[in-house]
Amino acid sequence: MYFAVFFALLLGTGLTVFAATLDLGRFNAPVALGIATVKATLVALFFMHVWHASEKLTKMVVVGALFFLLLLLGLTMTDYATRPWS
Amino acid sequence: MPDSTVVGLHHEEEQHPELLHHFADAEQQRDASSLGMWVFLATEIMFFGGLFCAYLIYRRWYFGDFAAASKTINMGYGATNTAVLICSSLTVVLAVWAAQTARRTLLIGSLIVTMLLGLTFLGIKGIEYRDKFVEHHVPGASFSFQNEPIPGHPGQYANPSHAQIFFSLYFVMTGLHALHMIIGLGIFTWLLTMAWKGRFSPEYHTPVEIGGLYWHFVDIVWIYLFPLLYLIDRHP
Repeated sequence: MYFAVFFALLLGTGLTVFAATLDLGRFNAPVALGIATVKATLVALFFMHVWHASEKLTKMVVVGALFFLLLLLGLTMTDYATRPWS
Repeated sequence: MPDSTVVGLHHEEEQHPELLHHFADAEQQRDASSLGMWVFLATEIMFFGGLFCAYLIYRRWYFGDFAAASKTINMGYGATNTAVLICSSLTVVLAVWAAQTARRTLLIGSLIVTMLLGLTFLGIKGIEYRDKFVEHHVPGASFSFQNEPIPGHPGQYANPSHAQIFFSLYFVMTGLHALHMIIGLGIFTWLLTMAWKGRFSPEYHTPVEIGGLYWHFVDIVWIYLFPLLYLIDRHP
């Protein structure tokens, strides 16, 4: 199990380097962040044992932290990303 | 009441020496420690989150300048360091598994390999920082970023003061990450000492798990830093 996750993470690293050399237009950033998020999720779920966490409270803290991070990034971007070009 | 006294004494003997008196049992103690670590990691997510937020705003504003600046960082070093950290995350889970299954040699070996990989990461990082100093890409009085082309826009050159913002973010984010690595090496030195003394057992190995959580978190931060800082626009 651990080795499968390990190889998936190495594969993801190779993939993200390869994707960066392609011209995907505006999709370069979402692809890079998508691969990074898949890798981070694998590390959290399997290496950090969130998947098998005995405590529901632990899972709540993880989800809560991510929720507030998304509030921080998301609400900031609703401002900066929707301003008219100057 | 002699019976209950005997039962009580028996219960005391069964308790693990590491079990603190305010916990009902070892499992509750372990869950509390793990939860506490996750709450700490939640504050760390917000800590790094502020920097990622600043990065996203400036990247939107000065995308071309950021792409030009990003292209001057050595992608090979960054990719190697990503692989080094992924390997170290594997050795950390092996260490936790070894502690759970009372494999002392594997535990000590995994902790040592993890630390060596951590040092390798910092060494490569040091070479990278040195290159930036040599190229005058360190923000400050001697910063210089003249005639660096913007990828995809022939004939256009990056604005040095915007590129300087990229390098400020680069040094603060990777520097803060490197500081976490150094703290992680300190934690793992302590874990290694404890493991050497034989303090961990299948019943009690919470410090290995908690230290592992920290190490994995630092790995996750790097998983995001690598594409954001090194791979903004690499197509030829």
